[in-house]
Amino acid sequence: MSGEVQAAAVLGGLAESEQSELSARGRRSNGPTRQGRIGLGSWLLPTYTILAFVFLLIPIVYTFVFSFNDSVKSNIAWRGFTFDKWLNVCNVEGGAVCEAFANSVIIGVVATIIATTLGTMIAIALVRYRFRARSVISLLLFLPMATPEVVLGAGLAAQFLAVGVPKDMTTIILAHTMFCISFVVVTVKARVASLDPALEEAGRDLYGSPAQVFWRVTFPLLTPGIVAAALLSFALSFDDFIITNFNSGSVSTFPKYVYISASRGIPAEANVIASAVFLFALVLVIGAQVSRAARAKRLAKLG
Amino acid sequence: MAFAAFATAEAQPQAPRKSSRIALFLLLPGILYLVLFFLTPLVSLLLTSLQAPLEYGDIGQYQYAFNWQNYVDVMTAYWPHILRSFGYALAATVFALLFSYPLAYFIGVKARRWPLLQSLMLVLVIAPFFISFLLRTLAWKQILSDESFVITSLKALSLLGPDAHFTGTPFAVIFGLTYNFIPFMTLPLYTALERLDLRYLEAGSDLYANPFTVFRKITVPLSMPGIVAGTLLTFIPAAGDYVNASRDFLGGPDTQMMGNVIEANFLVLLNYPAAAALSIILMAAILVLVGVYVKRSGTEDLL
Repeated sequence: MSGEVQAAAVLGGLAESEQSELSARGRRSNGPTRQGRIGLGSWLLPTYTILAFVFLLIPIVYTFVFSFNDSVKSNIAWRGFTFDKWLNVCNVEGGAVCEAFANSVIIGVVATIIATTLGTMIAIALVRYRFRARSVISLLLFLPMATPEVVLGAGLAAQFLAVGVPKDMTTIILAHTMFCISFVVVTVKARVASLDPALEEAGRDLYGSPAQVFWRVTFPLLTPGIVAAALLSFALSFDDFIITNFNSGSVSTFPKYVYISASRGIPAEANVIASAVFLFALVLVIGAQVSRAARAKRLAKLG
Repeated sequence: MAFAAFATAEAQPQAPRKSSRIALFLLLPGILYLVLFFLTPLVSLLLTSLQAPLEYGDIGQYQYAFNWQNYVDVMTAYWPHILRSFGYALAATVFALLFSYPLAYFIGVKARRWPLLQSLMLVLVIAPFFISFLLRTLAWKQILSDESFVITSLKALSLLGPDAHFTGTPFAVIFGLTYNFIPFMTLPLYTALERLDLRYLEAGSDLYANPFTVFRKITVPLSMPGIVAGTLLTFIPAAGDYVNASRDFLGGPDTQMMGNVIEANFLVLLNYPAAAALSIILMAAILVLVGVYVKRSGTEDLL
């Protein structure tokens, strides 16, 4: 997921994300800077920025480094460098870490598919159709993002308790889908709003049936937004602990595994999995950024 | 034909005249899902919060009642936790704002000339999202533990007393909350500052305003939507968080927040009505605070 999409999604229903035009205007007006006058600012701010990034990255580097620690049980003191943990991730505690990881992936994938489908449908309806209950629906979509996770988790758990549903993988998936929908709507809505209606009009003019116009024109144009939304909901689901903790029963997920083993020490294998996920996501994001920059350059050349 | 398409697009750019039956079909599944798994749980939570213990029942068995005494009970038992939650969350929000504003200003304003650097820095801001939230927090716990290099050197330099602790104190919890929610603060600030038209700042200094006045009277008001969005995105999850304050993470017995007591009451003590009453109090307090805050900062249109 790219920075902007994250930003737009994190911003959620709070701010509209029509930044492209405005930011282009801002960029053009850059002009001569006034840094010279302030003096201090010319080196103070860059230095601060570097220090801030160092601070932000410390725990990540720590987690990564300690995935190579030749630890025995708890992974606190440095005992020497080894690749063992990376090579034998699933060998500790009968594979408990890997089982938790696999559960997290399954839950993430299923919740993402459901949330992306439902959220995309809502986003299209919100932008393309006029209907009366609009403000009520917007509020209903905004509220889950403004509710603390512990309330969402306790609420669902209270409901499952009242209805008598036992907590298992299904209840986790139901819970994750619920909080992902709003984020999907926000992300996809921005994309639908930026779609040129003339393209669909052209499809209709060429005698495309509504279904053909949707699947051949609208849907391909929406794909980048839908993919971004899906990645975002997977990331949200994968890292969720608070809501999962209330609705998981005895099922373990990766964050839950970390939380439970925190009191007796986390094995280095957990660091391995977290580092691998981190590197994978980083490659994905940088790849997306580079390909977008390349596309923009190509378009600029054409135009 | 093409002209006609253009004309309709002009008249109603985003709202073609299709039947609202399609809108209903698109909206219904997702909205039903949210009603079922977001709204009804809130109602369940409210009903649970008024339950009374079942007569001659076991621990964890309750019946529906109108036992508003639950609210009085949790308020008297847990008022320090309630105060702590909002105090810690407020402190973390202020620190995150102070930390993030210069960073977002550098990325959004100073780095405009180098788009590649800008996107790289955005990736770095969201990088912590890619590594487990719990492992990051545990990494800080170990980096700042009593035997760690940081704390021992601070003690050697007499900057800290010989028996001072960091982990387990309110400072550690606020530190953890601040660290974990910095990306949520930085991204909306960046989005607002990225659109800032620098000509306004030039106009200000042309009118003999000093840099501080320009910042206070122009930059801050123009970035207000970002400040409001960022503070809400930090404050709401921070107030409900219970990972940072947990004893196995950065907190101690005297730093427990509302989230911790909700978790303990729901999952350990099986005192569902108390957990539910606390959740309702948390939710109501947040809704009131957010409403007042958004109104006072003059950004109602954000919602």
